[in-house]
Amino acid sequence: MERNLLRYIWQHSRSDQLWMLVIILASMPTYFLSLELPKRLVNEPIQGVGFENPGDTGFFLQMHLPFGETLFGRPIMLFEGFEFERIGFLWALSISFLALVVANGLFKLYINTYKGRMGERILRRLRYELFDRVLRYPLSRFRRTRASEIASMIKDEVEPMGEFIGDAFTQPLFLGGQALVALLFIFLQNLYLGFATMIVIAFQAWLIPILRRRLIELGKQRQIAARQFAGRLGEVVEGIQEAHTNDTTNLERAEMTSILGRLFFIRFELFQRKFSVKFINNLLIQFLSFFFYAVGGYLAIRGTLDIGQLLGVIVAYKDLPAPVRGLIDHDQKRLTVEVRYMQIIEQFTGDELQPKELHQIPESEVPNIKEGYEINRLGVEDETGSKLIESATLNIGKSERVAVIGKFGSGSSTFTEVLARITPATSGKVTLDKVSLEDQPEYIMGRRIAFLDGGTYFPQGSVSDTLSYVLKNQPNDPEAAESNTDSLKKMERKRSANFHLEFETDWINYEKAGVSNQDELAEKFREILTDVNLEADIRALGLRGSLDPEEFPELASALLEAREIFRGRLVELGFDEFVEPFDPQKYNTQSSVGENLLFGTAITKGFEDSALPANAIIRKILDDNELHNPLFDMGKEVASTTIELFGDLDPGNPFFDQLNYMNPEDLPLYREVLSNIGDSPLESVPERNRVLIMRLSLSYIEEQNRLGLLTEEMQSKILTARKALHEKLESLPVMPVAFYEPETYNSAASILENVLLGRVSSTTAEGYERVSGAIQNLLDELELTDDVFRMGLTFNIGSGGKQLSETQRQKLHLARALLKNPDILIANQALNSLSAREQREMMETVFRYADRRDEDNRMGVIWAPMQAGFANMFDRILIFEDGELVEDNPSEQIVSNSERYKELVV
Amino acid sequence: MATLTEEVEMLRKIPLFASIDPGKLKLLAFASDRKVYKAGQDLFKQGETGDSAYVIVSGVADVVVENDADELVVASLGENEFIGEISILCDVPRTATIRAREELQTLKIKKEHFLGLVTQVPDLGIEVMRELASRLSKTTAELGEARRELSDVKK
Repeated sequence: MERNLLRYIWQHSRSDQLWMLVIILASMPTYFLSLELPKRLVNEPIQGVGFENPGDTGFFLQMHLPFGETLFGRPIMLFEGFEFERIGFLWALSISFLALVVANGLFKLYINTYKGRMGERILRRLRYELFDRVLRYPLSRFRRTRASEIASMIKDEVEPMGEFIGDAFTQPLFLGGQALVALLFIFLQNLYLGFATMIVIAFQAWLIPILRRRLIELGKQRQIAARQFAGRLGEVVEGIQEAHTNDTTNLERAEMTSILGRLFFIRFELFQRKFSVKFINNLLIQFLSFFFYAVGGYLAIRGTLDIGQLLGVIVAYKDLPAPVRGLIDHDQKRLTVEVRYMQIIEQFTGDELQPKELHQIPESEVPNIKEGYEINRLGVEDETGSKLIESATLNIGKSERVAVIGKFGSGSSTFTEVLARITPATSGKVTLDKVSLEDQPEYIMGRRIAFLDGGTYFPQGSVSDTLSYVLKNQPNDPEAAESNTDSLKKMERKRSANFHLEFETDWINYEKAGVSNQDELAEKFREILTDVNLEADIRALGLRGSLDPEEFPELASALLEAREIFRGRLVELGFDEFVEPFDPQKYNTQSSVGENLLFGTAITKGFEDSALPANAIIRKILDDNELHNPLFDMGKEVASTTIELFGDLDPGNPFFDQLNYMNPEDLPLYREVLSNIGDSPLESVPERNRVLIMRLSLSYIEEQNRLGLLTEEMQSKILTARKALHEKLESLPVMPVAFYEPETYNSAASILENVLLGRVSSTTAEGYERVSGAIQNLLDELELTDDVFRMGLTFNIGSGGKQLSETQRQKLHLARALLKNPDILIANQALNSLSAREQREMMETVFRYADRRDEDNRMGVIWAPMQAGFANMFDRILIFEDGELVEDNPSEQIVSNSERYKELVV
Repeated sequence: MATLTEEVEMLRKIPLFASIDPGKLKLLAFASDRKVYKAGQDLFKQGETGDSAYVIVSGVADVVVENDADELVVASLGENEFIGEISILCDVPRTATIRAREELQTLKIKKEHFLGLVTQVPDLGIEVMRELASRLSKTTAELGEARRELSDVKK
């Protein structure tokens, strides 16, 4: 990549920069005239110069050839102009002034827009180029570089360049021109003053760069420190668990403090220096005015310089500091940005990048692997130079089933990584179908070979996104996608040399998965997920997930039907005694007072359980329905009983786990609150205490807490209040709560909760498990399982897939590899978090998939299993020992004869 | 549904708890879960390790001893009976299965709560010892009886 920023900008925006220059030059006359015109307005029509006698006229837009007199000895009139009387002349001049102001503004608008767009384009190009390089780095590079540092470079560090790019060339030319004109003018007035000015400016031009040297150095340091900061920050967040489990949060604090300190001092010194440079600049420029006034004045008094000339110089000089300062500022900016650019480019340069050609989209169908691997004297060293594999020579045919085993660190894992091109060979040669592995295009390595290892990282997305990722190698119909894209988008993409393929199009290659459309693909997913024992998990996720009834109206109504059937069967199932369906007309004894009042799922934070006591709407409703006082008294009663029961227990006493509405630490607080409140009426209780007390009464569940505080009368009052609350909430512009209504689907609750729409008594043995089992059976019976599974496919697996367990992730990874239908599947301890039994089962599944393809096209499997004992399932076994391939034989032979194998299996 | 106060009354009727301070019993009642079992449902099974004891609030439960594949109902328990305390006192497996004969309401007392109460109330510990000692002497007497009968048979 180009190492010099200015050259980079010039290369990619030459014509734009020139066009800008033309426009700026073209805008000059209007600019000049808009300054000139007011003077004429005041002098001629207003003050009356040239209109001394009534009836005098002036000529508007009269034009003479510039320097006509000098060239031809007489003024040459180009245009005679329009003749006006004084008032008319005033109008003509004023209107043309207005026109000039507008024209001037339009020029400015055009120039700024143009500059901005130019800057953004180059920024976009630069970011894309950097990202492209990230994709072409050798994988080993990422072991050394922190992900968040790369993100910080591409995102933040290049940002300030956008602003600079538009000004990179025009600004100095423009300002330099202005400064030169002013300087020339001074020279014309007086040679000595001109020289004096030049000397001062030259001195400035010499001094400033010297002062700046340190600034550049500091700028570099700041950038590196900031990058480290971003890198460490990312690391700490990603590894937050380590900090907690090792009690090293304080170490992290100290390290961050030290990094922030370094940043602070660098930045502080930068500021200090920047402002001192500014100070010296200003001083020098102001020194010139001192010089003009004092020396010029002296000369004028002595009569060497006439006053007119001095005034001329001073006027011209007034125009000098602005462009000079502008130039200096511009240069400052250039320096900072250039340093930044250099710093970034250094990180992204390296000759180890993969050649572009390897990433190309294939022109025809991707060929199948025909022969397989030939490995000749393969040697692998790690970065420290220690040997991981030494001189291994063997061939592996494309359809073979090979187990690679060895002790930890024997090289067996590395071997599989070499085959998948994750770790490069340091010596020797590995070829696939006679083509050296590093020359194989990505489409062969990525489509014909599948690689699995124990580490699973999935970007955030749904289960189906995660699965279909491997089918998205290229858009199905690039041309159609191209023609659908709007032309502006396309043009800009091209101007910034970004990627030529449209993202917002169908990338899923259904054929590759052996299906023809989205529905069949979902079926395929289901088949594979069933085979890797993940289907039930996905369905469970579906039940736990929520559903937007507007998006899936049919499913929502089917679920409502399921709800009705479930309710009808409660007695038959024997659930009637411990499942209490939500009925808007009834008090639900399994729910708390607050839940009964709200009777719905909160959508906004203000209506969540913990926020109810302080909620103003709830408060108003309680007041209106004469519930506030009784509930307040109830809360006090709960508090005093709790204190009586638990007051003298040690904090660690096991009885405390039974206390579900209060934290044990809050007991002293409640004791204090109770004594503060005493017998004072509700109105005079401070809000904080009221909230604390109401929290107790609103979370009170008679069934569970059994203090006998909730009377029938209160229950019926709560029902009235519930109704009033719902009316009130329905009048709000945005509903903060999704109510429990037997006839409507509650979009804030999960599918399971929607079918249940009620509470399961916590006192019944295994109540919840029985209920959810029964609901699953019911959905099965209603043939809704498919839909639930599909909802499971839309489940968001979270950043890194962390919403799934490690086991689930590994199975999902396997499912994805099978979906890809590769020619060779390579696995390196890929299922290590599964039980041994399940690992074996999964391998059998893989073999079954391999055998589905016809005989000479069978999928090859190369597996470095977690336990050597699995090796007997394969046809051929390789044993590695200290980096050496020590045995390579058919598996029967190894299993029955090899001492090493026996040792490994034990 | 009974309130806490009623449950305290119930607990007081159990000899073991009769002399315990009502405040403590209230705590025990509060901490225990109310569990309902249908006829035929097991409270626990013979051979399981136990983590809680039960007080029958209402209903009748059968004590079932499993011998190989045979099941034998050896006794039945009614209201206010305290079940399963042996295995929460010393970690032995449940000696019998308890099965609800009809709908059974129970108060389930967790092991740690029961032991917590014992450490809080020494009197309870003494009560437990007394109860166990009296059962032991009863069992010893029965054993003696049984041996005598056995030797009579052998002769």
